[in-house]
Amino acid sequence: MSSTLINGLFVFMLAAFIGFEVIRRVSPLLHTPLMSLTNALDAIAVVGAIVLVGRHESRLSFALGMLAIIAATSNIVGGFLITDRMLKMFHSSRPNKP
Amino acid sequence: MNTLPVTQPVIEITYLVASILFILSLKWMSSPSTARHGVWAGEIGMLLAIAGTLLQHGIVDYKWIAIALVLGTGIGIPLGLVRMTAVPQRTALSHAFGAFCVTLVGTAEFYLRSPDVPRFTMAVLSVEVILGSLTFTGSLMAAGKLQEILPQRPLTYKGQNLVNLLLLIIAVAAAGYLVLHPGARQLFPMMVGISFLLGVFMIIPIGGADMPTVISLLNSYAGLSAAAMGFVLDSKLLIIAGALDGSSGFILSVIMSKAMNRSFSNVLFGAFGQVQAAAVAGHETKTARSATAEEAAAILSAANKVVIVPGYGMAVAQAQHKVRELYDALSKRGVDVRFAIHPVAGRMPGHMNVLLAEADIPYDRLVEMDDINGEFPQTDVALVIGANDVTNPAARTDSSSPIFGMPILDVDKARTVMVIKRSMSPGFAGIDNPLYYLDKTLMLFGDAKSFVNDIVRELAGGNN
Repeated sequence: MSSTLINGLFVFMLAAFIGFEVIRRVSPLLHTPLMSLTNALDAIAVVGAIVLVGRHESRLSFALGMLAIIAATSNIVGGFLITDRMLKMFHSSRPNKP
Repeated sequence: MNTLPVTQPVIEITYLVASILFILSLKWMSSPSTARHGVWAGEIGMLLAIAGTLLQHGIVDYKWIAIALVLGTGIGIPLGLVRMTAVPQRTALSHAFGAFCVTLVGTAEFYLRSPDVPRFTMAVLSVEVILGSLTFTGSLMAAGKLQEILPQRPLTYKGQNLVNLLLLIIAVAAAGYLVLHPGARQLFPMMVGISFLLGVFMIIPIGGADMPTVISLLNSYAGLSAAAMGFVLDSKLLIIAGALDGSSGFILSVIMSKAMNRSFSNVLFGAFGQVQAAAVAGHETKTARSATAEEAAAILSAANKVVIVPGYGMAVAQAQHKVRELYDALSKRGVDVRFAIHPVAGRMPGHMNVLLAEADIPYDRLVEMDDINGEFPQTDVALVIGANDVTNPAARTDSSSPIFGMPILDVDKARTVMVIKRSMSPGFAGIDNPLYYLDKTLMLFGDAKSFVNDIVRELAGGNN
């Protein structure tokens, strides 16, 4: 067992706990935007794809990396866009319009 | 070449800041007043992370990265602009894209590194690719069902669970062999292919009414596969983002399962279709009373407190804007109108809230099940629009009912119940609803949108 693995497991465990605690507090009102937001954040996987394309080590890794960047970027752009559109629609009946 | 003289620590700190922003982003989602800050924090974090990655040592090919980013943006913008009623299928599709990306990167990493893959790396790589590929095809199936390209009813056959279990065992066995012999390249495509199949077979038997749970579960899988990818690439940022997404999907799945009084395994392995036979059996001739829009308008305008219960039928009929007109007309007459939201109303978590917010109904009028159930006895009229099973009192009283034990909205305790429904046919799950035969219940037969419109017109015309 390498130390990077142990480090990774620690990070995973802590992040999962933070996730549970933070997301438990999200109002059910916002569960749909929550899902589209986490989806956009999850597309951080694009980082791995960028490295694949940027290093251009083999034709296969380059082609798969290109497809992966496209898929992830569409999630980033689409996910943030629709989350913001949804959140803009939520307003209270008490008059505090910006 | 054109490698910039940036040291690794700078990149790592960029990733650290991005991680903080991601956590803050989710934290700010706790309330509608701060939620939009959450989106901004997420966007900034994402930009930082991408910028940091571009600085990484060894990246030489910027042109193609830029092209791919532009293409992805081109696909992402229309996906971000879909109608609100199409949000469930868009979400399912984006789970598919996310899982697709993870699967592709995992595959590329395998072929770059094989046969020199350490055992642990190969194990998490297998988890990444198996979860990624089954989430990819499974989410495509879910999106197809939600878009009604595929039939929404559960497609079941005998021995289904056995087949799925067998597929999973084969995929895991292939992964196990690869861990021991990472040079066995020919096994890799088989493992991916079997996982693709498994994703299809897992989702095909699941009915539309179970979609909120399934979408949440797929969300969780997508997150976990990204976290596994973080282990493969030794990227803490990815592990964190994946863990956050995974726990978010997991929490939502638990909430959805509880709201349907079903366990995870029941949703995944016990397609609803099987219980139909028992449900339809006890069918005697009972009579329901119906009413016209004029009568409904008269009763509503005489009420003090009205609770509207929206369901998937309202989304299908695109009736949310007409419902808003009804809300306005009644509020103007001094009627207290609120909306009762069941956690699994609609096709994904929070679906109804988004539709009603789109129709400009203030969010403090939308009340969760546990908070409104105590108030139905003081409610003059409960108006059910396109919801069925979530109002079925048999869930409380009839232990032979397939939905017995599921928490419901107690609309039957209101003084008068009105139900807008196309016909008397039982709902999606094929379960008869005794609510419709109560003396206090009036059935309003028709399309949700046009019926609400008729009521609004009566309210405007009548001088009360």
